[in-house]
Amino acid sequence: MSTTDLTPADFQQLQSGAAAAQTPRPSLSYWADAWRRLRANPRAMISMSLIVFLLAFVSIGPGLWRVDPAAQDLDQIGIGPGADRQVTLAEPFQQWQPSISDIALADNPLGLTLAMPANTQAVRLIWSEQVPQQQPQQTRYRLYRNLFAPKDTGSFGLPLAVVDRSWFEDRLDLQPGTYHYTLVALDADGAETASAVTQAVDVIRVISIAEARQRGLLDAKETAELGQSLELAWHPLGTDYLGRDMLARLMYGGQVSLFIGIFAPLAFVLLGVIYGSVSGFLGGVTDQAMMRFADFVVALPFLLFMILFKVIFGIGPGESGIWPMLVAMIILLWPAPARLVRGQILQIREEGYVSASRLLGGTTSYVVGRHMLPNTLGVILVTMTFQVPSAIFTEAFLSFIGMGVAPPTPSWGAMCNEGIKSMLTRPHELLFPAMLISITVLAFNLLGDGLRDALDARMRGSE
Amino acid sequence: MLALTKNTSPNRQLAKFFIIAFAGVAALMLTLHYAGRALSGGSSDVSAVDEAANSISILLRDEPPQLDSSRATDAISGMVLGHVMEGLVRMGLDSRLEGAVAKDWEVTPTTATFWLRDNAKWNDGQPVTAADFIFAWQTALKPETASEYAFLLFAIKKAEAVNKGELPSSALGVNAPDPYTLVIELERPVPFFDKMLVFPTFYPIREDFYAATNGRFGADADQLLYNGPFQISRWVHGSSMTFERNPHFWNQDEIHLDTIHVPYITSDGTASLNFFKDGRIASTGLQAENLTEAMRMGWQIRQHRDGTVFFLEFNHRPERLTDNLNLRRAVQRVLDMEEMVYKVTKLPGYEPGVSLFPGWLMGVSAPLREEHPPQKVVPDLTAAKGYLAAAMQELNLTEPPELVLLAGDNPISNIQSEWVQQSLKAKLGIDVKIDKQIFKQRLAKMTSGDFDLVLAGWGPDYNDPLTFGDLFASWNKNNRGRYNSAALDALIEIAQTRLEPAVRMRAFGDIQQHLIENAVLLPMYERGVTYVVDPRIRQLKRRVIGPDPDVSRAYIDSSGE
Amino acid sequence: MLKYFAKRLVLGLVTIWFIASATFFGMHAVPGDPLAGDKAVTAQIRANLAAKYGLDKPLGTQYLIYLGNIAKGDFGISYTQENRRVNDIIREHFPISATLGILAIVFAGLGGVLWGALTALYRNRWPDVVIMFLVILGISVPSFVVAAISQWSLVGLNVAAGTTVLPIGGWGSVWHMLVPALVLGLSTMAYLTRLMRSSMLEVVSTDYIRTAKAKGLPATQIFSRHQLRNAILPVITVLGPAIAGITTGGFVVEIVFAIPGLGRYFVQAIQQLDYTVIMGTTVFYGAFLVFMVILVDLLYGLVDPRVRVDQ
Repeated sequence: MSTTDLTPADFQQLQSGAAAAQTPRPSLSYWADAWRRLRANPRAMISMSLIVFLLAFVSIGPGLWRVDPAAQDLDQIGIGPGADRQVTLAEPFQQWQPSISDIALADNPLGLTLAMPANTQAVRLIWSEQVPQQQPQQTRYRLYRNLFAPKDTGSFGLPLAVVDRSWFEDRLDLQPGTYHYTLVALDADGAETASAVTQAVDVIRVISIAEARQRGLLDAKETAELGQSLELAWHPLGTDYLGRDMLARLMYGGQVSLFIGIFAPLAFVLLGVIYGSVSGFLGGVTDQAMMRFADFVVALPFLLFMILFKVIFGIGPGESGIWPMLVAMIILLWPAPARLVRGQILQIREEGYVSASRLLGGTTSYVVGRHMLPNTLGVILVTMTFQVPSAIFTEAFLSFIGMGVAPPTPSWGAMCNEGIKSMLTRPHELLFPAMLISITVLAFNLLGDGLRDALDARMRGSE
Repeated sequence: MLALTKNTSPNRQLAKFFIIAFAGVAALMLTLHYAGRALSGGSSDVSAVDEAANSISILLRDEPPQLDSSRATDAISGMVLGHVMEGLVRMGLDSRLEGAVAKDWEVTPTTATFWLRDNAKWNDGQPVTAADFIFAWQTALKPETASEYAFLLFAIKKAEAVNKGELPSSALGVNAPDPYTLVIELERPVPFFDKMLVFPTFYPIREDFYAATNGRFGADADQLLYNGPFQISRWVHGSSMTFERNPHFWNQDEIHLDTIHVPYITSDGTASLNFFKDGRIASTGLQAENLTEAMRMGWQIRQHRDGTVFFLEFNHRPERLTDNLNLRRAVQRVLDMEEMVYKVTKLPGYEPGVSLFPGWLMGVSAPLREEHPPQKVVPDLTAAKGYLAAAMQELNLTEPPELVLLAGDNPISNIQSEWVQQSLKAKLGIDVKIDKQIFKQRLAKMTSGDFDLVLAGWGPDYNDPLTFGDLFASWNKNNRGRYNSAALDALIEIAQTRLEPAVRMRAFGDIQQHLIENAVLLPMYERGVTYVVDPRIRQLKRRVIGPDPDVSRAYIDSSGE
Repeated sequence: MLKYFAKRLVLGLVTIWFIASATFFGMHAVPGDPLAGDKAVTAQIRANLAAKYGLDKPLGTQYLIYLGNIAKGDFGISYTQENRRVNDIIREHFPISATLGILAIVFAGLGGVLWGALTALYRNRWPDVVIMFLVILGISVPSFVVAAISQWSLVGLNVAAGTTVLPIGGWGSVWHMLVPALVLGLSTMAYLTRLMRSSMLEVVSTDYIRTAKAKGLPATQIFSRHQLRNAILPVITVLGPAIAGITTGGFVVEIVFAIPGLGRYFVQAIQQLDYTVIMGTTVFYGAFLVFMVILVDLLYGLVDPRVRVDQ
């Protein structure tokens, strides 16, 4: 209570006929009131703006970040955000015909030598043809590669090959950085001997001029010379296992995930509403029969049938598999909203205002459309909001067991599933899609809470 | 509400609830503990290597569907059976053929004779006799057994007729003049007949035991009779297996371990890596994603090429665009398999494909591919564009065509099909539609010819180039693209019927050349396996033919750790 | 009361028939050949196989035979595990899924009630904030991510401790169940916590609590007799569907933790088009769910005197 200083004038009698001071509460419709209460709920508002942001991210995003989500940048596979993009221009890759006699061997027991400057196209190693203390015909070698300096025998790293010649060209997944190559001579039985040499090799990233032009890193007219430094394409959120841009894939993947997340509930709730209101309105035997059928469908084990339906509908060549998933969800999930709506309709049917409307000559469709449905809309809206997270989870689950959308269509669930495998070495591939799923699910849950509170008739006008 | 939060009693109440609940959970878990024990038959907490118990633990990717050797087709059944059964001959540690139940043998163009050792016994102490082999082979050929690998026995006289139900199984051309001699009449000369005998289909089965299992032969640990170095003492389906040394096995000197545990059965690569890291299993395969981790841990990484060749097969049915040679050549010249292996698959041990015949197959005296080197196909965008233009003209197309690529639903084929799609799109403008299907649907589509390109693989059934060489014969049912060429058929005929090794190998060389020249298929890679092994284990053998991995002769040696 | 349950039972049986038929016709509509193998077989062998599984008969006949067998409780022989009966597969693997599910439900139920009550008591103070944050995580992170991360953390824990603190997978003792059950029950626990919290807050503002307070009942008694007991009711109603979801939803956990439950078999069977295993598991799970729902209804009637089942 605020304190107001009262003056004697306040106690004067009012003149009759003078307009009474009006302090009416503005008349609020149900929806305006609900909206007012929703706006007052900060969590609901934050989640709503999050949803708007996510929708913008997947719809407007691809227009702003014009990168093909299917384009494979095989020079930058699985790089994290903010990785170094330096690349040096070099000769295009050519088959190597080593002429060993031309190269001076390094001074180590096996003469292991880097034949040419190492780059991401190839690392070329040669070594001495003759191994001391061994018969010439027994000279077989195993070559290892390691990201770390090998500490002891037996764990030299990744075995690349067993060769019976004295040179080797390594082209396997070379990334810029330092590699430790170890050459081990083998005995006649193929067992490793004690003669082993380790050599550290620095690999730089290179690209040929022709390729640089093809990728648009160089203009057609621009002159370029070998050894010149360039920057590769920029991937703000890194790339995935095929060198595809994560940001672009998250945007397009979000289209799939959000499409399923939003449209599946929309569709099956709509179907449920129609079914439920028809059943509830007709009543009697029809209602009984219709509800029995709904009970049957409810009894189908959801995930089992979801998988089964996915397989039955199948995915044709080049199709993404979104529609079969959507249809399967609709077929399996309509009964819950149908039951809910039917219950509401049965309740409302007995209300006084419905009888009044009928007495005043309201037709069936008028009564249903004007009174019954609007009064159940709140419940329907809340149900729908809560169904969004579970639809998104279902998509992710199906992707996990390998029954999600077909490649190359990205979806957040499928991206998570791929990312899990490289969780330790390239966490960004799991982190980003998982975060987006979590944010979406959270936003819809909080919005659902807010909507439920706002639409709850008991709370009308309170707070 | 305010009053409640100020009062501490509800907290005490809640604490009481907490304690009761906790006790309840503890009681429940104890019950479940014993119930679970009873249900699953014990704990799977065994160590990777247990020196005191002289046992090791390994992991199976999947559980064997059943262990009936007459019907086994998959690699996992082959691995398990290889440890608990023994055929006439086996592959030794040096990968050479050696006598097993047979102590000696002789193969001529018309017959094969095997002399069995008299100390080979079943695990109930009875001797393994020639009759057990005859019964096993007759069983595999019986139409009602419906064995998918019955064709392996077709080298034996009248086997095909028995399998078709035209003759009774007693008509099969095998007989035993005495219990330790087995004489096999051959339908046609098969130069590599003895090498085929390492396959599980040729393992012995004892008739009285088979009859007593009442149709459940090989379904459980006690539904199988063992004559190998180990016997299965426990088999909890989907969960675990235990192999124990078979006391009746004849060659005890070669066997060192007392027990082999299979505590986990899972195909999840991450889970099996975790089991290895946790010291629960002695060996696990590595994926490209785990290599850094394996190097950081300083593990012993090894590799093995498992003998399987993977390729992109074209559909040659006349109504398909891929029947056009120039279109196939355009695809052939544009897909850089080295790029795929080195940058996409990224696993050491994978070798870029150059031929349908993998590098390990032997020719006359050296590897076949050294005696008959395949012509190298160098990726060439200009040439590819030329071929595409020619193809479009022949096919009356104005736009580059759209092709359907049939692929499996495993991660590896996802990656590969995405790479093929992007390569063809970016370089030739050919739109590839990926048709990802579950296993059985993919097989059905391959059989009916509902594809343009398909990712396929072929593993050897026996140690002779013919196991790959006849794949594209017009009569071969596994020729899913229905390639039909009289010239190729004639070459295969030579390889099948001629006896002189040099003639046969030349025929294989010509087959190889024919396949490359006509772009019948595009070899993608030979599969490698990168794996880690506990350093205390010796003689863990990886094989192309025979059980893989084979730990039957392994032993523990922690000295050189 | 008895009549009501008899009616429910009959309806349950009809429901099972519906599930069985939906599975049967659905599965036969799947393109693909369940008998195809990696290597092509001759027409003769294929015909033998078809005869073995009765696939050579017309669909209608197959359906009738199938229904007859289900009535006898016989699901037939697996297509991929050729010598194993589907009944054996279910008998051996369902108890594992069920044990895991029960433990998950217990964790979820107790945890939900506890955390829910705690958050309500400490409304808007730090325990509330912390627990609700965890709840939000539990609700919003996909279960396979949670499962993978928890297994990875367990490995780290074991490696750091130099011994096996907890097994990271497999099955056999209660220690194997602990983490998988927690992961499996996590989202349900989170959901129940939220429900319990709001339910508690609602109960606090009811007349009977006010009356109890006015009567001068000790706070302890109000809490246990009135508040907790009334707040738990809505939690029980959602337990039924939760049990269903958890027992069938164990796929992810079973795959990640290498647990030989039935879920893993179903996923495999689908990929292999193993008709008998698919039908067996679906019908079995369907029947299980139907009877669980009836059971929970019965239970609810016992707990809440306001609900009378014979209405």
